[in-house]
Amino acid sequence: MTRDQPAPRLALRAVRKAFEGRQVLDGVDLDILPGQSMVIIGGSGTGKSVLLKCILGLLRPDSGSIRLDGQELLGLAGAGLDAARARFGMLFQGGALFDSLPVWRNVTFALTAGRGGRARALRERAIAELAKVGLGPEVADLKPAALSGGMQKRVALARAICARPDILFFDEPTTGLDPIMAGVINRLIREQVAALGATALSITHDMGSVRHIADRVAMLAEGRIVWEGPVAALDRSGNAFVAQFVEGRADGPARPFGPA
Amino acid sequence: MMALSRLLVAIGAFTLAAFGALGRMALFAAEALVRAVRPPWYPARLLEQMAHVGWFSLPVVGLTALFTGAALAQQVFVGGTRFNAESTVPAITVIAIVRELGPVLAGLMVAGRVSSAMAAEIATMRVTEQIDALVTLRTDPFRYLIAPRLLAATLMLPLLVIVANIIGVLGGWLIATTRLGFNGTTYLVTTARYLEWEDTRSSLVKAAVFGFILALAGCYNGYRSSGGAAGVGRATTDAVVAAFILILLANLVITVLVFGA
Repeated sequence: MTRDQPAPRLALRAVRKAFEGRQVLDGVDLDILPGQSMVIIGGSGTGKSVLLKCILGLLRPDSGSIRLDGQELLGLAGAGLDAARARFGMLFQGGALFDSLPVWRNVTFALTAGRGGRARALRERAIAELAKVGLGPEVADLKPAALSGGMQKRVALARAICARPDILFFDEPTTGLDPIMAGVINRLIREQVAALGATALSITHDMGSVRHIADRVAMLAEGRIVWEGPVAALDRSGNAFVAQFVEGRADGPARPFGPA
Repeated sequence: MMALSRLLVAIGAFTLAAFGALGRMALFAAEALVRAVRPPWYPARLLEQMAHVGWFSLPVVGLTALFTGAALAQQVFVGGTRFNAESTVPAITVIAIVRELGPVLAGLMVAGRVSSAMAAEIATMRVTEQIDALVTLRTDPFRYLIAPRLLAATLMLPLLVIVANIIGVLGGWLIATTRLGFNGTTYLVTTARYLEWEDTRSSLVKAAVFGFILALAGCYNGYRSSGGAAGVGRATTDAVVAAFILILLANLVITVLVFGA
């Protein structure tokens, strides 16, 4: 870190996580600066989702450090953890909308944490958030099952941004979408991250998405970050893992089923 | 000798696995109870679950009780004619229904309906990351999903069993008065005379315990599920099997140890 560089919003140091003897994360180091959009790329099974879940506190790393504005997140519980999570917004791969609730309750869930609240005001707020992702008020009263995949992703994005988080996480935001809808979601992500002035961390293996939403890119392979740099440098990284991934080659250092 | 050894090993492994599962379920229940006593509480979730467990189970529980009560009265009458004890039909029917069949059959029927639904819903939420989403949205899944279900089933089963007991007795009355030659009023007076407070207390205690068990089996298996659609199916089956076995085991324990004197 140089003297002029701001302190990282998220700082990961030597994060390790194993499952039944398989070392999925083997010392991940990564800094994400405030306002930066970082995208982690890597093949299937390389631990991208595990890393994201470790940051969100859904999984507990075996060792290492995850700091949010200098505050250690590992071991945090109760009000401290709640305060950290209040700063997070998360778009899950499949949307993860609550089936039993109408769209407007889903969108405003972060404001109520599942409790009641003033229904009319919350519904109006939800409609305003839905408008930001290009959905009309007619969607508000529908159940998630009545929506297409692309609409569900938009609603999930509206839910992620509703509480004005300053760190947004995106897990494979364009998976399962057609190229046009993927482009729409990428544009919305870029717009909403900019509108909130948020820091963003995304994981994906969709190169179109990477080039659209990333400021910087990190390559996760063999449980570690093997390359990190600006998105403009992706095609001339000089890293064999990155070159193989970007070019979509079967031959190269990356094994198709991840680290042994 | 080898075959016997293998059999003993298999029995030992099964026993250890069963006790392990029981222990994990008990820890899960303890965690749910500890968290349930601290706010935030979700009364809307509780009311929703009470309607789901109680109100919507009424038809199946009512029909089961009606048919069982009627069949029981007929069987007691047939058995009673062998030693000139036909007049015991009202007394034996009410005692059997209230002390045993009402709570057990209601517990099993509701378990078939509710444990499976709870397991399937929570398991689906697990595999579609909805439970992870709850956590990231600062909502404790134990308080939001598990506690309302446990409490709702524990509260609603006794009410359902009261209804089942009444309908079961009426089923017996119906058969006795239409086919077996009993006087309707005499039947009901005899029923009331032989029904003791201890019978009702036993029935309600069993119902509350069975309600807790069936919700616990559903929630536990759903919450711990993994492996996509196959995992949801497995969780549903495991929930119903566990609920049935634990309800019958708990019934034996309560009948013999608590109300056996």
